[in-house]
Amino acid sequence: MATPLKDRLPPIGQLGPFIALLIACVIFGSTTDRFFSGENFSLILQQVMVVGVIAIGQTLIILTAGIDLSCGMIMALGSIVMTKVAADLGVPAPLAVLAGIAVTTLFGLLNGLLVTRVKLPPFIVTLGVFNIAFAITQLYSGAQTVTEVPGLMTWLGSTFAIGGSNVAYGTVLMILLYVGVWFWLRETASGRHVYAVGNNPEATRLVGIPPERVILGVYALSGVFYGIASLLAVARTGVGDPNAGQTEALDAITAVVLGGTSLFGGRGVVLGSLIGAVVVGVLRNGLTLMGVSSVYQVLITGILVILAVTVDQLSRKGGR
Amino acid sequence: MFQPTRLALASLLLGSTTLAFAAGEPVIGLITKTETNPFFVKMKEGATEAAKAKGGKLLSGAGKADGDNAGQVTAMENMIAAGAKTILITPSDSKAIIPAIKKARDKGVMVIALDSPTDPADATDALFATDNYKAGVLIGQYAKAALGGKPAKIITLDLFPGHPVGAQRHNGFLKGFGLPAPDAKSNELGKDARIVCMADSFGDRAKGQTAMENCLQKAPEVTVVYTINEPAAAGAYNALKKAGKEKGVIIVSVDGGCAGIKDVGAGVIAATSQQYPLKMASMGVDAGIEYAKSGKKVSGYTDTGVTLIAAKPVAGVDSKDVKTGTDLCWGAK
Amino acid sequence: MAATHRLVMQAKGLVKRYGQVTALDGADFELRAGEILAVIGDNGAGKSSLIKCLSGATIPDEGELQLDGKVIRFKGPIDARREGIETVYQDLAVAPAMTIAENLFLGRELRRAGFLGNVLRMLDKKKMLEISVARMNDLKVGIRSMTQAVETLSGGQRQCVAVARAAAFAEHVVILDEPTAALGVKEGNMVLELIRRVRDKGLPVILISHNMPHVFEIADRIHVARLGKRAAVLNPKKISMSDTVAVMTGAMPPEKIPAECLAH
Repeated sequence: MATPLKDRLPPIGQLGPFIALLIACVIFGSTTDRFFSGENFSLILQQVMVVGVIAIGQTLIILTAGIDLSCGMIMALGSIVMTKVAADLGVPAPLAVLAGIAVTTLFGLLNGLLVTRVKLPPFIVTLGVFNIAFAITQLYSGAQTVTEVPGLMTWLGSTFAIGGSNVAYGTVLMILLYVGVWFWLRETASGRHVYAVGNNPEATRLVGIPPERVILGVYALSGVFYGIASLLAVARTGVGDPNAGQTEALDAITAVVLGGTSLFGGRGVVLGSLIGAVVVGVLRNGLTLMGVSSVYQVLITGILVILAVTVDQLSRKGGR
Repeated sequence: MFQPTRLALASLLLGSTTLAFAAGEPVIGLITKTETNPFFVKMKEGATEAAKAKGGKLLSGAGKADGDNAGQVTAMENMIAAGAKTILITPSDSKAIIPAIKKARDKGVMVIALDSPTDPADATDALFATDNYKAGVLIGQYAKAALGGKPAKIITLDLFPGHPVGAQRHNGFLKGFGLPAPDAKSNELGKDARIVCMADSFGDRAKGQTAMENCLQKAPEVTVVYTINEPAAAGAYNALKKAGKEKGVIIVSVDGGCAGIKDVGAGVIAATSQQYPLKMASMGVDAGIEYAKSGKKVSGYTDTGVTLIAAKPVAGVDSKDVKTGTDLCWGAK
Repeated sequence: MAATHRLVMQAKGLVKRYGQVTALDGADFELRAGEILAVIGDNGAGKSSLIKCLSGATIPDEGELQLDGKVIRFKGPIDARREGIETVYQDLAVAPAMTIAENLFLGRELRRAGFLGNVLRMLDKKKMLEISVARMNDLKVGIRSMTQAVETLSGGQRQCVAVARAAAFAEHVVILDEPTAALGVKEGNMVLELIRRVRDKGLPVILISHNMPHVFEIADRIHVARLGKRAAVLNPKKISMSDTVAVMTGAMPPEKIPAECLAH
């Protein structure tokens, strides 16, 4: 039987962020003349690429009805590890990057183990790990920014020209990662299991999929993404900054919620988080171009978050 | 945001129980806004060393984030309970902290505000501060003179709305630059036609870079950049470099940390107003020890000084060179 | 109704203890081919422990389990599924936000052939959809679209999906735990109809239920559990509902049951 058109369109919760983005672009495009340019858009993508990649991991975790408050701190730790290992120990850049990603993955695994084995609530676990990661970052770096960063490590921050504007390699990487994860979540069994675990973990257990295995995998995998995000942070700023990452968790969660993923788990599309991150970046950029105080950016973001969650609630009551 | 205040408080309580048994040692409490800002890290180190040198015991604590008044109140209560007779505090909220300070002073504890005053300022026994407005004035004067005849197209990278230090430095800069500016008491950021873009950097490197990138989109013809602190300045420089504009733009900043002075030497920052967190801290410790010994309190406002550090001096503005700045700087050298 | 007496599943002398409590005290059990066997019993009678042993959710301390004459030992519910025994639990074990087709294949997804399936691990959604539609049509479940989310279905429809899923994959036995509980009259009848069709397709059904009218409507035989043992197996065509309840509660001891009420 043919699927009716209503069933084939994405639900309103998923179209919402895209519509918000369009409206924002139209408003900013008409009130300022510098908004609508390839250069500006490329800039916005670079500005959101760190939070954007972190949001991939956060999306996966929220899909399992969990949450990760430590993601920003783990990212900061990763960038300190990779820059210090290269600067202090003279390790070649690719290996140093791998070391950084290994550390962030380990922390992701730690989160996952505490959630699945010790059975602590994700909020508490990641809050604690936030503090631990922060302390280790400060101690290991001596609260000092690492400035001797090998050029290769910042390659993702460099740009190439496409049709008149400069696009950063890191932006391309972010988009590729999003597409890859979107594909995995949509088209493979293990991806679908993430949704099932978030929607009804007991059901997955009864059909033979241990939810703990899926959840542990998701936290560990998120750690990998945090590591990639730390490389992007280094590439963008050119340094290892121990004071970075303090607001990224909330920024990532905002992007995920704006993108239509439900905080209750089991529902959402990862590409939405990319749109959510871009919406925040567009707001910040557009309001600066308009000369509006950043207080309004915070206000509008807050309103959009409430709208997003409301739409999610309403669409679920309607059964869609 | 979620700094390990619990860790600090736990060690505080532990330290203070041993304190209760260490008779005679003057106990001084230092409460900073946050644990992590290098400025406050240095302040704490300076205070600790001064206490050790003069035979006092230092307790330290902080709020969880800039603006966390409740955390500072808790720290104060715990320190007084642990025997602190002097409290040194950089108030996160200049008004909300007043009741807690009054309670402390009623108990005979001397309270000295560091770095920024309470509102009203006489709620504390004394204020050892740096004049953030003056710091802004100095770099404003420098920027004006260094600009020469070029048109003034100013971008300001501020802290975030409503913060007194952010407002004072910003407005001081405007005054020093010769533009109409609100006075030192104002919390509003002054505006002027020559400011082509204002954005918030939150004093953070990455956010400063983002703010500068956005402002550059709006006003690529910028000639002067005022930044709230040196991490923001570093971010601004990065943004300018990516746009190929770093050579023609004057960046000025405030703080005077060693990393920032290094940036002055490297040509990233043209001039910075150097402040002395260690001096504030050690003066505060000295006052606390004096009070414990002789009962004599300090009072009034003591300016701990600000020095303009610039690699290239300009006519009509007094500045010191990078070497002087390096000798006096705070942070790891 | 063709009732052959070939035994599909048999259990002898099952014992299960939980600490001081003896849930199963030498329970016997027989399931014949092509029948709907209802299992009834008061709370604490050992009904659920018996079913858990049959579905692999619990491992009995003593006793023997046979499937098609072969002695089997389950280490867990997955083993039971592998042997072709499918269980529908009371909470249905469905992910409400996912589609009917996805839920049908949850845990046993089909992959595409060749590179896409083996290397990229892509799911063959088209085929899973086709099979879902076919299975549902087989069992005459009247749900319009297999791509709608399970949460859009009524309680009765959801139950049908769960039952159809079990029937689609079971090779030997389907076990249903309280399938009509919490359903209204119309929906309950819909599910009963479906259960009959499952039986008619050749799958024997074990049905646990508290709902006497429903039990009497579709069961071929009634297994009464009492005090951790099998009290009797009754013929619903010959015994009255009230007598059945009496056997269940112990008011009518097994010796007193008239011969023609027992199932042969």
